[in-house]
Parts: sequence; C-alpha cells; structure tokens
Amino acid sequence: MSIRALIVDDSSVMRKIVERSLRQAGIDLTKVFEAGNGAEALVVLQENPVDLILCDINMPVMDGLEFIKQLPGVANAKGVPVVMITTEGSESHVVEALSHGARGYIRKPFTPEQVKEHVVPTLGGKS
Amino acid sequence: MKSMNELLAAKGPHEAWLPLLETATREVFELMLSCQLAAPGTAEEPAADVTAMVGLAGQLCGVLSVRCEARAATLMTSKMLGVPLNEVGPEVADALGEVCNMVAGNFKNKVAGLAEGCMLSPPTVITGSNYTMHSLADSAGLEVRLLFEGMPLLISLQIHS
Repeated sequence: MSIRALIVDDSSVMRKIVERSLRQAGIDLTKVFEAGNGAEALVVLQENPVDLILCDINMPVMDGLEFIKQLPGVANAKGVPVVMITTEGSESHVVEALSHGARGYIRKPFTPEQVKEHVVPTLGGKS
Repeated sequence: MKSMNELLAAKGPHEAWLPLLETATREVFELMLSCQLAAPGTAEEPAADVTAMVGLAGQLCGVLSVRCEARAATLMTSKMLGVPLNEVGPEVADALGEVCNMVAGNFKNKVAGLAEGCMLSPPTVITGSNYTMHSLADSAGLEVRLLFEGMPLLISLQIHS
C-alpha cells in the first residue's frame, strides 16, 4: 500500500531531502504535501488526509511542537503518525514531542537508513 | 562525551571544542552530502562568495558561520538535492543555511549541557564578499578549515562569553 506524506520544514531543500530519504527507505509515496511551518501544515491538513507527517521543530510562525499540540483537533490527522526531524537534540524537546504524540524523533544530520528505522515501524505495514 | 567544564578546564577556553567542531562538520557532509571532507594542504583563505551564519544563545552565545566559494555552495546544493549542477537554482542560500544549521546543531549536541542550554537562530546567508562582520564576540573564536571536493571551506565559531 502506498502512502500520502506531509513534510513540514522551513527549508525547501530539507523537505526535498526528507522526501528523497523516504523513497530511498522503500516507502511508496503516492502524494507528498509540503508546508513551511506548523500553521501552513494545519491549512494543508484541513483539505488533505495524509498517512504520515514528518515535522521539523524550529520553524517561524508556528514551530513543530506547537503544531503537534494542535493535531488532536484536526480530523485529517487522527491516528496519523508524526515523526520529528530536527537539529534540536535536547532531551526536553524529545520528551515534549513524544508526550504530545510524536512517534519518532530523528536528529539532523541523518541517513536514509535512520529514516527507515524510525518511520517504517510507525506505518503499520502501510508502506 | 565530555562536559563543558571538563573541556574548558582541560585546555584553554573553548580550544578543546575545535575537534568537536571539525567532527560535527565532517558528519554533516558525510551523512547529508555523501562526501568526505579533506584537510587542506595550506591555510588557503576561501573566497567568501557565500557566508551562512547561525546565532547561538543561552549557555553559549556567539555566531557559527560557514564560508565558501559560490561554486562550492552550488555543488553542495546539487549533492543535497540529488540533481545535476545545471539544475541548481535559487536553492543555494537555503542549502548552505541548512548546512550551517546542521553543523551548529550537531556541534552543540556534542558538548554536554549545550544541547539543552543553547538555542539556535534561523540561518542567515550573505552572498558576496564585500562586507565586514562585527559581532559581540569577545574571544578569539575557533576556526576549522577543510576542503570540500577540493574547494576551501571555512567554519568559524565566534564566542561571546
């Protein structure tokens, strides 16, 4: 089964790298949505159901932690796994992200293998 | 991983961080660009066509910058995006900014206490070489010089104690 992914990062280059890493990890992507911050991602989710969300933390307007706090109120995000991809390595950020429902946490720089290791288990066989 | 205090006590202020800064830089290029950085044969000063900067605030205050020639920044972008050189467009500043951001993040994650106690600013990228940077840094700072595909790369950390 193929999946629809939403990639949230204020760097367009990083969004492309994450998409390529997902494909290199063997994940079959039918559709990739992009957003430059949490607020843009919420707008995308209003109109588009997705199967996976990958999200940076440090972003302007609305950061990744605030974004995932908003997700329980978003119909198209119900039960959708969220994996954080960020340069932030502090344990407090990891704990906060996981406590708000993130299912994985990848630190930049990363390899496609690390993306596979953290993302594939969250998909429950969908990939 | 050594603590910040251990490092500072072992050598002069901040000097012990130099290998961590170099390792942090090398890891970013190995993992995200699939290339090994080389040590320069001479202390060649890179033409500062493009400079990316990330501010640090908290337990460590300062500015980390990555400087290189425009053709090096274009090649980095090509490698990061996995596209041919002639397809690289205006993403160069974004790509170099991300490199700088990842080097800064990777560096602070290697020093105990800094991951929690130091925040990073969004990257700023300057194109062109006719500028002078004035920062509040009040120490000599650290410099790492490496070669990216034969082209000089200068990573510097200016520290405000």
